[in-house]
Formats: sequence, C-alpha cells, structure tokens
Amino acid sequence: MTADTIYALSSGSPPAAIAVVRVSGPDAMAAAAALAGRLPLPRRAGLRTLRGADGAPLDRALVLVFPGPHSATGEDLVELHLHGGRAVVSAVSAALAALPRLRQARPGEFTRRALTNGRLDLTQAEGLADLLEAETEAQRRAALSATEGVLGATLSRWMGELSVAAALIEAGIDYDDEAEVASTVLDTWRPIVARVRAEIVALLAQPSVERLRDGLLVVLAGPPNAGKSSLFNALLGREAAIVTPIAGTTRDVIEAQVTRDGIPYRLCDTAGLTEDTEDPVERLGVERARALAARADILLWLGEPAAAPERAVRVGAKADLGTPANIDIAVSVHQPATIERLWAVLARDASEALTLTSDIALRERQRGVAADVARLLDDMLDERDPLVAAEHLRVARRRLGELVGQDATEAMLDALFGRFCLGK
Amino acid sequence: MKHYDVIVVGGGHAGTEAAAAAARRGASVMLLTQRLEQIGAMSCNPSIGGVGKGHLVREVDALDGLMGIAADEAAIHRRMLNRSKGLAVQGPRVQADRRRYRASIQSQLVGYAALETGEDEAVELLTRGGRISGVRTRAGVSFDAPSVVLATGTFLGGRLFRGNERLDGGRIDESPSRRLSEQLRSLELPIARLKTGTPPRLDGRTIDWARLERQPSDDEPWQMSFLPSSVALPQVACAITRTNDRGHDIIRAGLADSPLFAGVIEGGGPRYCPSIEDKVHRFGDRDGHQIFLEPEGLDDHTVYPNGISTSLSRATQDRLIASVDGLERARISTYGYAVEYDYLDPRALDHRLALHALPGLFCAGQINGSTGYEEAAAQGLIAGLNAAAHARSLVPFVCDRATGYMGVMVDDLVLQGVSEPYRMLTARAEYRLALRADNAETRLTGLGIMAGFIGEPRQASFRRREEMRARARVGEHEGVDSDVRREIEEDARYAPYLARQADEVARMRADRDVVVPSPEMLAHVPGLSTEMIERLTIARPTTLDEASRVRGVTPAALSALWLHARKSA
Repeated sequence: MTADTIYALSSGSPPAAIAVVRVSGPDAMAAAAALAGRLPLPRRAGLRTLRGADGAPLDRALVLVFPGPHSATGEDLVELHLHGGRAVVSAVSAALAALPRLRQARPGEFTRRALTNGRLDLTQAEGLADLLEAETEAQRRAALSATEGVLGATLSRWMGELSVAAALIEAGIDYDDEAEVASTVLDTWRPIVARVRAEIVALLAQPSVERLRDGLLVVLAGPPNAGKSSLFNALLGREAAIVTPIAGTTRDVIEAQVTRDGIPYRLCDTAGLTEDTEDPVERLGVERARALAARADILLWLGEPAAAPERAVRVGAKADLGTPANIDIAVSVHQPATIERLWAVLARDASEALTLTSDIALRERQRGVAADVARLLDDMLDERDPLVAAEHLRVARRRLGELVGQDATEAMLDALFGRFCLGK
Repeated sequence: MKHYDVIVVGGGHAGTEAAAAAARRGASVMLLTQRLEQIGAMSCNPSIGGVGKGHLVREVDALDGLMGIAADEAAIHRRMLNRSKGLAVQGPRVQADRRRYRASIQSQLVGYAALETGEDEAVELLTRGGRISGVRTRAGVSFDAPSVVLATGTFLGGRLFRGNERLDGGRIDESPSRRLSEQLRSLELPIARLKTGTPPRLDGRTIDWARLERQPSDDEPWQMSFLPSSVALPQVACAITRTNDRGHDIIRAGLADSPLFAGVIEGGGPRYCPSIEDKVHRFGDRDGHQIFLEPEGLDDHTVYPNGISTSLSRATQDRLIASVDGLERARISTYGYAVEYDYLDPRALDHRLALHALPGLFCAGQINGSTGYEEAAAQGLIAGLNAAAHARSLVPFVCDRATGYMGVMVDDLVLQGVSEPYRMLTARAEYRLALRADNAETRLTGLGIMAGFIGEPRQASFRRREEMRARARVGEHEGVDSDVRREIEEDARYAPYLARQADEVARMRADRDVVVPSPEMLAHVPGLSTEMIERLTIARPTTLDEASRVRGVTPAALSALWLHARKSA
C-alpha cells in the first residue's frame, strides 16, 4: 500500500523572514521537481525559482532534498525555504495542492510517519513535541533528554529491575515444594521494589513537563478596584487588561504567559471578590476567581491584609498613596523599582518550584501512570499474600510498559498526536 | 490401503491424548507405536502433576482426557503442593504406580471403538499436492489419512549419553525414529536439538529407609480427576535425603567424562530441572541438594531418586549414590543418562498445533520443545481435537490465554518459540488468579460439551456439579460437594483482582480484531524493518494481540501494524 504524499508549512505563521514548507512521501521528489525543476543533490541546499503549473514564478527559494529512509520522516522528504510572506506561502501551497496524490498534512502527521517508520519511539516522539514547544532552558533540557531516550532508558532500567523482582517472587510461588529455593528467595524482592518505588516517587516530586512549559501559576486576587489589573499590566509591561477606575471591570479571568530570566509564569488577573453583586456574569467571574486562587502557586492578595487567604503574599498595591501595616511587599505601578522587587519575590519562589534535580521530567499522562505504578508497588509492599503481591507487580509492570510505549492503544496514540500543531 | 481420519505417531502422553481426543471428536484413529506394551509409559519420574503441571492435568481432565483418571487409578502417594498459598497456585501431584498407570491408559483407549493401535514404526510422511495424505511404516504398510499427529517424544533422532557411552535411542533399550527425522529435515522444517536427562533408578530394598526423613501422603483425600474414582490404592511414603560435599567432590572429579561438560551435547537443556552435575557446577557454594526418593510402584521395588538426573559415567554414578545418607548400600538398577532429540521450532505451528507449511500435519509434546508429561498431554489433546477437525471439516478448538493454562502454553510455544525445554509455570499465566486447578471444570467442560467431544458420564457429572455451584453461589451448602464449596469461596477471595483483570482480558480480545497481514504482505506495511518482518514471518501472528507477544517485536513495529490495520480498515 502506498502512502499519500503530504505537505505543510512547518515554520511559524507568516509573515516571517522565511517560511519552511515540508513535503514528505513517495511523490515528494516529483512534486518538488514539478515546482523547482532540477533538484539539488541530497542534503545540499540549492537556490531555485519555484513555478506554478502555468509557468509563472512563485518565489525564489532554497530547496533541500532528504531521500528516505534516512530522513526525519523515514520517507522521501523535501524542504522548501520560502520568503515568509502570507501570499508566497499560500501560492506555493496551492501549487502543491494542485499536484496529483498530494494533500495537506493533518496535525502531527509528519511525526506520526516518523514513528510509523521507526525513526522515533513513543517517548522520543513525546519529547520532540515538547522540544518544539520549549521556551525555557529547563523545558529544553527535559524535552531533549526525552528525545535522546534518557527517559526511555530510565524506564527500561526500572522495567528490568521489576522483572528481577517478579522472577524472585515467582520462584517462591512456583518452587514452593523445593524448600531450598523458596527459603533463599523469600522476600528478597522487597528491597528491589522499594528502591524502584522510591525512585519513581522522587521523579514525581519534580515539576511536570506541562508545569515547566506553562510555568508557575501566579494569581492576583482581592476585592474590586484594589488595583489588580493595574498591577497585572505593570508586571506584563503592556496593556493586557483594561484598567479602569470602575469597580468590577474585570469580570472574568485574564491570563498571560510571561517568561522572565528563563522562568515561565502564568499570570492571572481575576474578578474582584465581592459578595454584593446582582450581575450573574460578575458572580460567575467571582466564582472562577476563587477557584483559581485555590490552585495558585503564588497568590498575590491585593486587599485588606487581615482578609488575606493563607499562603497569600500580601501586596500593598498603591504604595504611592501610603503603605498599610501588615503587608509583605509594597508596590506602586508608578514606581518601576517596586515592580522589579515583586518580580524578585516571584522568581525566588519559582526557582524552587520549577527546579529540575535531574534531566528527566514527566508529562502529565506519564505522571498519572507513574503515580499508579508507585501506588501498586506500595500495595505490593504492604501485601502478605504472595499471589496478590505478584498480581500487583504484574499490573505495575504492564502499566510501566505503557509508558515505554509497549501498549499502543488507540487512545494513547490519538492523545499523543492531537498535541501536534499542523506541520510539525 | 487402509484409511483413517487421523494417524497418531507415538504412544506416550501426547500421543494417547491426541488419539483419544480425535476419537472423541468422531474421527477414526490409528495410533502407531513401536511397542504396544509401552503405551502410556512414564519415561522419567513416576509423578503426575505439580504446580502449573497439576493445572494442566485438571484441564485435560475437564476436557474428558485420559491423564487425570489414570493418575487417580495409579496414585500411591498424593501431595497438594503450595497448600499454604491460595488455591490459584496449589498444585495437585500424585506418585503413580508405573505399571498401573500404563494399564489405565491402555484400558481407557480400548474403550474408544473408533481407535485402533498398531505396533509399527512410522518411517515416512506421505503427501499429495502439498498436503498430508498419510504415513508409511517400517513394515511397508501405507496408511491413508488427511491428518497426522506427530507425538514422537525423545524418539525423533534420539541419542543417549552416559559418560563416554553413546547409544541411539528414544529411551534406554528402545530404538529411535531415525528415518522420520531425516525426512523432516529434508522438508526444510526448522528442526534443532534439545536435551533432557533422567537419574539412576535404585533398588528400594537396598535403601536404609529407617534413617531417612519420611514424607507421607496427604491425610485429606483428594482426586486428580473431576470424575469419582473407584480405585483406592494403599498409599506409600516418599523419603528425603540430600547430596553432600563428598558427593560433590565425586561429581567434580567425574566431570572429565561428562558429555554435558565435554560439549558433546549440542541441545539446550532445561534450567528448571538441571542435572546434578549442572547444579554442582552452577551453585558451587551449596553444601547439598535435596533428593526425593519416590517409589515407582506397589509391586515394584524400583525407587526414583528425584533431583539427581545425570549423564555421568556408571562408575561415577555408583560412587555418588554411595556417598548419600541412607543410600550407602543402595544398588543402581538402571543408570541415569541424558537424551538428545530433535524438536521442531514451534513457531512453525499455529494455535491448533498445525504446521503452517504442511496442511494436515500436527505436532504435540517434546517435538514442540516442551518437557513434561502434563505439557505433552495437554498439547496432545489440542492437536488431536484439531487433527479430527481438519479431517472432518469441523470448527477448530483453540483455548486462549484467559481460558486455560493449555492456552497459555500453546500461545507461548507458537509465538515465542523455545530456547530450552518449555515447562509450565504459574508465572507464565497472566490471568493466574482466575485459572485455578480447582475450577478447570467450570472453565472448560462447558466449552467441550458445546464442541461435542465430552462423553455422557462426564456431561452428567458436570450438570450435577453446575447445579451445586449455582446453589453454593447463593449460600446453600446442603448437598454441595466440599470441593465445589471451596471453589465458590475462592472465587470471592480474589474477586477484586479478577474484576481488574476482566478489563485486561477485554482489551486483549479487542486487539484480536486487529488483523496482522500475512508474511507475504508484511513488506507493504510502512515502517517495518527487515528484522521485524523476519520475526513476524517466523511466528506468523494473525492478530495484533498475538503480534504483541512475538519475541523481539518492538513497540514501534506494533504501532506500525496497528496504524496499517487502521488505515486499511
């Protein structure tokens, strides 16, 4: 069976300095030749004029050819480095679409083909998705270790150790009559299982990939008109939230991603916490604000210090108008130095929460499985009936096998590929 | 030329179950064996059952086989192994009187009207148009049959080793099947060698029993078969002794003329049942290894010293035995030896135990790389049922991993192949908590009745016991047999884990709907490496579920197969 040849814009959305369109599949070479004429040698860039079916020039582009199976997708692959204007990209896309057996790639399809063709395994594919999305150093390190197979190697090592534990407990079950075997293996599996469990728990204490990517959740909360939106904008350095003196302007949550000094943050400005509103929309906003405040990694409280929730950083928001007692930090949007001080507080907390003590971070999906495995190993260590202990271990090993990608179920593959945006 | 539906080659545990099972499915059967009196012989230890193995015996029995009944009729010592653990891993094992065991098997076979036995050696498989058409014997007789079951045990190219002695043979004093071996090799079937061994036999009258620890038979009576047995033989005790440093020195000194250590034997041996020289070599720090002294019969003085199988020279065996406590004056009646034999890579078979390459040819027992009477019997039963199905155009009978140990074993053999003789272990059964020896009847007999090969007496017994089970499940104990009551109690004990496993079984069965292309078409699956195609071609999985268990098949290859199937659907 022959696969379709697919194409898609693989760089960021235009306009940009350049735009890279990739074509992959059995007709990739023919398609590129139809547009560019004679193709350059494999893996060498060649400057070509791309022309449509009518012969009219579309763009002057760099053309790179990677013959399969030694390409990123494992198939014949061509990259067209275009000038990054919207019109250029859409004209080249249209010219490719007009060719027989070519179609636009679906989200994640290039990576899916790489996986299908054995160019990547699952943990590597997941790591690649993260690497492409990585914005900070910690994210990059974690993602790269996944693509390079460090995560896979760790999981394989655990699998190996748990297999040894399984062999020990099984020997005790299958060779019970041979008292000499049984007595030498009795409970020798325990230290192995305990050690792997401890390693998994330590890994679970690390921030997740999503956390590294999305950053620390910083929520600004307080009563209406406390200056939350002003502070939000000051932290961002731009007018993201509408700042007005009318109480209750921010009726829902406004969110912004900020990266400062390599640390990612998710800043959220919330509706003022008020009880006396008749407006149903505003009530909803208040409820959301409370929910978000409860989940916050750092809660900045702009209001009466005495009313501050536990753990909140009590911010005196209008320091230029006077500093109330019992606050943790005084800031004023009109005094940039105070905003910098607040950033310093955030950075201190963030670096604790987001520090990787190893190069491995798990995705939320992987964390769920790892937590299950740790729980099963806990149950196993508590169990006196060797049959039930062995059953816990068997399920734990199967779950771990899913992480290594030994369980290629539809749901997991779909969840994986759904994360890729078009063309990656 | 005489015509049969099924010809079975071999009269051991696999051959007899195959012949009987084929007859139960309505086939006319010819069982060919070199010596009729050896039908049902136990070549090695005089025991039937054990952990994992006992499960197989109960499953064979639940499908109306011979082994459980013969074991009960010949039992002179009973032991429920793993009694301290859950029923799921308790293994019933009996010591069987050798002569009575053989007699029981032979008389059970006589009960099958459509089953004939013939004393002759099968020397050639006959084929027509790439299919089996019969066998030719040494006497020059040709038998015509669309199905042939090979259950040749250690006789195919069998060669015996003891010290520097070399003998051709399948068992001591019995000749091997050389010509059949040569023909199978000429058919370019994947044939290789395995080895196994047996200990010296002792004259029980020369053992100092009084000095040894006795191991009595279980007090509480139980049966191997689900059918009541009318025979109750007197029960004898076994005894336990052990090797010592002196004996180990004798073994080390004798290694020079050991065929194992001289590298004369090419076949791989069983890790699960190593020879005493292997044990001493590999576990040099141990100061002794247990020996179970098992009487071979009520009116037979032979004793089987379980735990010291060996192929050392006669002189070394004499010295070794004399070094053991209680055996100082024991006389060896037959010396131990190793046997090396042909086996067929079972990945060449499908789940019916039929050869892909030659329709109509079925294989069971040691020829498939397994070891053990029970493993052989269970395969014989599956092969016999399907050989009859092939001959008579009936539906195949296959058992999956969630239904029985026999399903686990066949699946392991045909997908993973073997690197040493395959022994049944409970650890191989992922659904172990559900697959118990005590519930084999509940799991399997109904399936056998539906397929139409369960005899009337067992059907009646099954119906009666099913009623008891129904009553026991709602808490009624009146008139419910104690074993049925325990079965229902045990169901409850592991219920939470069984529920969790049910999801797993459902997923496994869903993966059976994903079809894997035939070997010729694998090249068209994008992303399968040449190595993966080779592995899949050898084992020929037909579903994704099966492919997931083929040795060395990577997750990436499974993804590729899955993606391909989804694209093709």
